[in-house]
Amino acid sequence: MELSGAEILVRCLKDEGVEFLFGYPGGSVLHIYDALYQQDDIKHILVRHEQAATHAADGYARATGKPGVVLVTSGPGATNAVTGIATAYMDSIPMVVITGQVPSAVIGSDAFQEVDAVGITRPCVKHNFLVKDVTKLAETIKKAFYVASTGRPGPVVIDVPKDITDPAIKVPYHYPDKVTMRSYQPTVKGHSGQIKRAVDLLLTAKKPMIYTGGGVVLGNASEELRTFVRHLGYPITTTLMGLGSYPASDEQFLGMLGMHGTYEANMAMHDCDVLIAIGARFDDRVTGKIAEFCPDAEIIHIDIDPSSISKTITVDIPIVGDVATVLQEMNHLLVTGKKQPQKKALDAWWQVINGWRAQQCMSFDRNNTETIKPQAAIEIVHEITAGDAYVTSDVGQHQMWAAQYYGFDKPNRWINSGGLGTMGFGLPAAMGVQLAYPDATVVCVTGEGSIQMCIQELSTCLQYGLPIKIVALNNRYLGMVRQWQEFFYKERYSHSYMESLPDFVKLAESYGHVGIRIEDPKQLRAELERGFAMKDRLVFFDIVTDQTENVYPMIAAGKAHNEMHMSPHSCELPQSPERELS
Amino acid sequence: MQRHIISILIENEAGALSRVAGLFSARAYNIESLTVAPTEDPTLSRMTIVTVGTERIIEQIIKQLNKLIDVVKLLDLSDGPHIEREMMLIKVKAATMSQRDDVKRLSDIFRGNIIDVTPSTYTIELTGSATKIDSFIEALAEHKILETVRSGVSGIARGDKILHV
Repeated sequence: MELSGAEILVRCLKDEGVEFLFGYPGGSVLHIYDALYQQDDIKHILVRHEQAATHAADGYARATGKPGVVLVTSGPGATNAVTGIATAYMDSIPMVVITGQVPSAVIGSDAFQEVDAVGITRPCVKHNFLVKDVTKLAETIKKAFYVASTGRPGPVVIDVPKDITDPAIKVPYHYPDKVTMRSYQPTVKGHSGQIKRAVDLLLTAKKPMIYTGGGVVLGNASEELRTFVRHLGYPITTTLMGLGSYPASDEQFLGMLGMHGTYEANMAMHDCDVLIAIGARFDDRVTGKIAEFCPDAEIIHIDIDPSSISKTITVDIPIVGDVATVLQEMNHLLVTGKKQPQKKALDAWWQVINGWRAQQCMSFDRNNTETIKPQAAIEIVHEITAGDAYVTSDVGQHQMWAAQYYGFDKPNRWINSGGLGTMGFGLPAAMGVQLAYPDATVVCVTGEGSIQMCIQELSTCLQYGLPIKIVALNNRYLGMVRQWQEFFYKERYSHSYMESLPDFVKLAESYGHVGIRIEDPKQLRAELERGFAMKDRLVFFDIVTDQTENVYPMIAAGKAHNEMHMSPHSCELPQSPERELS
Repeated sequence: MQRHIISILIENEAGALSRVAGLFSARAYNIESLTVAPTEDPTLSRMTIVTVGTERIIEQIIKQLNKLIDVVKLLDLSDGPHIEREMMLIKVKAATMSQRDDVKRLSDIFRGNIIDVTPSTYTIELTGSATKIDSFIEALAEHKILETVRSGVSGIARGDKILHV
């Protein structure tokens, strides 16, 4: 069978099992768009900005575990996609991004809409390719999917010059079943000796702590993690990226850790004697002050990426391997071994932890009838959706409140830009999720600042009938910036106030959707219920919230886990909430 | 801070060099020298990087290099016995009889070759470890050095230890 490069490209996506292609046409990809027009296998989703194409593909990937696929043109198409590529890179999301390029003959001549896409994306991709020969196109696409979705996943860019997709040049087509690359062979199985040492150490622990991250979600290891945690009876915390990998409603779960983690999770980290980190990378938002991180603990670290091990925190027992595979082996050793956890010490440890829990660090002013508390809005959304929605978020205070108050019991449900912290991520990511699961409830928790960074996608949502529920916590501030300015800049609110906001209700309506503004706390539940009942409509909830609310607890950047600022509503302040910080 | 010589076998593809160079600049690692050329297998290039860092940084450099998809294999030569060589071309002012005699004598002592002679200059080719080359430049201190060109360090492990695919 002889096909043109454009036909090969589309056919490869079909053979790879791709459902959706998120893209935007332009000069360098016209041959590809012409090939797309003549087939029905791949559904192309036309976004309104290339950044949204990458975020939508990213959301699809996070919810399904399958690589998201993007097609953009050369020049500005590629540069607009970069933010979304970097977002996926920081959170290790599998993605294949096809960028058009000017014809091979004019590369380097500053041609119209030419940029060095391979050069620009190099620092924020797992790998990238420039296709120089149409006969290598199919193999390159296979390699791209293989690299993107194996090992520590990540985005891969394929730059395709226009002449490669020329409809006049036909070559034989064959899509390889698999590829092997001598330079890329990710480790899967962990070292058995190290695993045994780790299990032995875990069973000697008197004050153990389990700290898990996004690797458990990406590695599809939630089941193995649950078995592991329940067998040991140890306390567990997760990072922002790991929420849902262990049920938030479970007794052993201490909540999220880190800068906006719970009092009990952070204190347990600080005081533990054995720490096992699973698919987590000791990010600075998690560790706080490196020198005072888990000062008394021996540390075990399971990660598929060797470069994550001992990068910031030196570990005692490193295990390189796929999280699910390593946990299976550990579970087997725990079940078949004779040694049991230190029951008496563990009971004492739980007593200490329950003392910390009694602080009720997540309390807030629930009885306020004057203004809507953002935390209350999240809690009500949780109740209305029975805790079973896919929740995407943007970046800022609303992101932290969604993470703290939604209570995720299942993996792949919490979809946010943790590493790069990309405002504008939420709405397009929700589109990718809703396309993957048309019948699911998909909620985008956002703020009036973030939503305006990709608001044009309301148009895409109309075109494809995506009934996303946008919960905008509108406090007329860039809330997290305002919070830092309050704490660390003596309340000098430099450019954190959002002036001249649009009427979001009318805006939603002008895009053909439903808009609901909620200002009265007494109406909050009824109005949210009314909107969520509209199953087939996109509803934009413009929720006017308390302008002064802050995210608590908070560990200031560079401070230790036991130096937390607590909410004024928690039971008892463990230390004075001083506002002078580094 | 330790000096390490890292030897890399990397796919001989366009952009492979920039992936390595980009990694060093993006993560603020030091590069003292970097050399690269194809091997007897034209699909592979051999790269030698001289870098300086603490044990932790060197460990990260090696892990990050291994993570690059194009890197096939890698060896920290400083982990075992090895040989390092660097080649230098150096042009020195040699206009008077005494200058010419002195430069010639120093070149002989360091086993250099004078490869170009003009009425006012000598150009010397010298091969050796980076330290030897530094010493030769120091020895020439009282002469006027017009130009130096150093190849950067190449290295190879001693004995049976080899870096191959």
